Amino acid sequence: MRQRWVSVLICAAVSAAATTACGSGGASQTQDGKTELTIATFNEFGYEELFKEYEAAHPDIKITQRKTGQGQPHHQNLFTKLGAGSGLADIEGVEEGYLSQVMSKSGQFNDLKEIGPQIEGDRWLKWKTEAITTKDGKLIGYGTDIGPLAMCYRKDLFQQAGLPSDPEGVKALFATWDSYFAAGDQFIAKVPGVAWFDSAAQVFNAMHNQHEVGYYDKSDKLVVDTNPAIKADWTAVTAAVAKGQSARLAAFSNEWNTGFKLGKFATKTCPSWMLGVVETQAGPENKGKWAVTDAFPNGGGNWGGSYLTVPKQSKNAKKAAELAAWLTAPEQQIKAFKAKGTFPSQVKALDAPELLEQTNAYFGDVKAGALFATQAKKVKAAQYKGPADGQIQETVFSPALQSVEQGKNADEAWKTAVEGAQKAAK
Amino acid sequence: MTAVLPKVDRGREQEPRPRPPRRYRWTRLDTKVSPYLFVAPFFVLFGAIGLFPLLYTAYVSLFDWEVGADDPAFIGLDNYRTLFEDDQFWNALFNTFSIFLLSSAPQIVVAVLIAALLNENLRARTGWRMGVLLPYVASLVALTIIFGNLFGPQYGLVNDVLTALGFGPVDWQASTFGSHVAIASMVNWRWTGYNALIVLAAMQAIPREVHEAALVDGAGPLRRFFSITLPMLKPTLIFVIVTSTIGGLQIFTEPKLFEPSGGSGGGAEHQYQTVVLYLYQSAFQGLDLGYASSIAWVLFLIVIAVAGLNFWITRRAVK
Repeated sequence: MRQRWVSVLICAAVSAAATTACGSGGASQTQDGKTELTIATFNEFGYEELFKEYEAAHPDIKITQRKTGQGQPHHQNLFTKLGAGSGLADIEGVEEGYLSQVMSKSGQFNDLKEIGPQIEGDRWLKWKTEAITTKDGKLIGYGTDIGPLAMCYRKDLFQQAGLPSDPEGVKALFATWDSYFAAGDQFIAKVPGVAWFDSAAQVFNAMHNQHEVGYYDKSDKLVVDTNPAIKADWTAVTAAVAKGQSARLAAFSNEWNTGFKLGKFATKTCPSWMLGVVETQAGPENKGKWAVTDAFPNGGGNWGGSYLTVPKQSKNAKKAAELAAWLTAPEQQIKAFKAKGTFPSQVKALDAPELLEQTNAYFGDVKAGALFATQAKKVKAAQYKGPADGQIQETVFSPALQSVEQGKNADEAWKTAVEGAQKAAK
Repeated sequence: MTAVLPKVDRGREQEPRPRPPRRYRWTRLDTKVSPYLFVAPFFVLFGAIGLFPLLYTAYVSLFDWEVGADDPAFIGLDNYRTLFEDDQFWNALFNTFSIFLLSSAPQIVVAVLIAALLNENLRARTGWRMGVLLPYVASLVALTIIFGNLFGPQYGLVNDVLTALGFGPVDWQASTFGSHVAIASMVNWRWTGYNALIVLAAMQAIPREVHEAALVDGAGPLRRFFSITLPMLKPTLIFVIVTSTIGGLQIFTEPKLFEPSGGSGGGAEHQYQTVVLYLYQSAFQGLDLGYASSIAWVLFLIVIAVAGLNFWITRRAVK
């Protein structure tokens, strides 16, 4: 009896070992000899149908998607496994907000100029590619989508304040930040109980990102305390807060959502994807009250959008790069736009009729596609992002501005912010 | 002369000790080894997921170890040195203790009182007893989100009520004390009933004779509560206080979800950032694993010290 059991156990162990051996030896080979490419994305990239199309055209490739619901856990996983040296997918999505951290580890990603197929240089908007090109000229990611900034505003409240409210008329108000804050003064004087914008940090981040030099200079030196542009933005925003222009609602909080419902602020910095957020939060009862115009103070800006990268861990880097290049071609990205509304970063895609004809019913049937395409072209250059850039924005400057909204002295808060940035950059 | 003791015939012949049969040898081995085998899974698991991380954390805390760093640099105790000079850490420690005191102290007092009430002859006793446990059954995250809404600085229900009663609204996010009260109320809401049930169980184990004897001696209900019930609850109170110390000093979920924008800063100026929240922020936003590990170890030692202190105080105070 006993002997039989032993032999059974050995068999099980051997076969288990054999399967693992099969599994690890052929991590990138399926049983029928296809090359398996894994691609890790978050939220919605809109690629599901495209994978089928690619597999049909390339019978030797099998694509496996690892999809994470939210960006944060996806990137946490990315950085942890970069550290561990294994476990990443062949293609990893990277969101713009995490770009500074990715760029500081650029050595662990493949240079796509080197291993990828030849791509004409002007496939993407220039600033989009610039942002993921390292200082020594390596391209470590292909652009997928972007979030060009426009201005959303409440038509009805503008009328109440006696301000122009048609999309053409408001453009003068949104010409520069000065005119924006001046209009804010006018507005809050006329409409009591309603603020001009939702949160100081939201406005400040948009202002700050328009400068050529931000928290860091190109030699990765922290210049928070010496860059006059940042201090000027800070002064302008905190002055507006002191006058009562801010609704003091932390972005994406429950109270912010309530603020949309109750109509507690009249303007919102609006990247393309924000239209959906406004619609969800303001709800059907506010339909027709919100409008969007193709103007943004001091030109344009961008908030959000992603890239596809190929980490050096990948065993099929070349084939992965081919797939990534194909996915980020204008033709494919337009299909992703139609599937999930991701706004393309490809120059040709911005002229595609499918995009130009897209309208948004909630915002009064505005031609949203064409509007944001115009805004995308207004972005001048990508600001250079230092290693702790994202962290400084999220955990230092945004809270510092929030503390001003909670009543802290603006000069003291500035000191806290500078110290916090220095600590984060250490 | 030596007396030769006669060999006593014990009724059977002397024979060499018999070799126990095979199956008994197995049995002996069984009785010797299998108890260890039965408890082994716990110790193996504890070693793998308890002890090893504990020691490895100590090891990591000696390095400048960033997530994704190629080769972390050994820096000895530098992380600890930085930590003790870090204002944010002391602030987090203060917040942790403040929230801990605001939650644990009233919680245990109220739990004992509720237990005393539940110990009386009530109608639908089981219903009441189960009722106090309900908050504990509810999901912690859902609870925290709801409380976060109630304590919303601008549109929260609590402020509406305060304003209606003629008090000014409190900015539960901006005020340090206000935010601690809000978070402590979440903890109390969840844990008071649970502790009350544990105390109740202990109360019911107190022999009736003691109470009856005191009654005969003319002791009133208050006297009996303080001279009989409380002292006899001592072991249970020690347990409740030590577990709530450990839980209270490690508080994380409540302050994390109380932050409206979903960050880990614990308020715009870290008004309610606790030690574990700071640990989390250092590790997963700052990506500084070495520093986070040193926070973890310091917290570990603090928890042991405070739990020990509480144990000692409770033993002396409740005689």
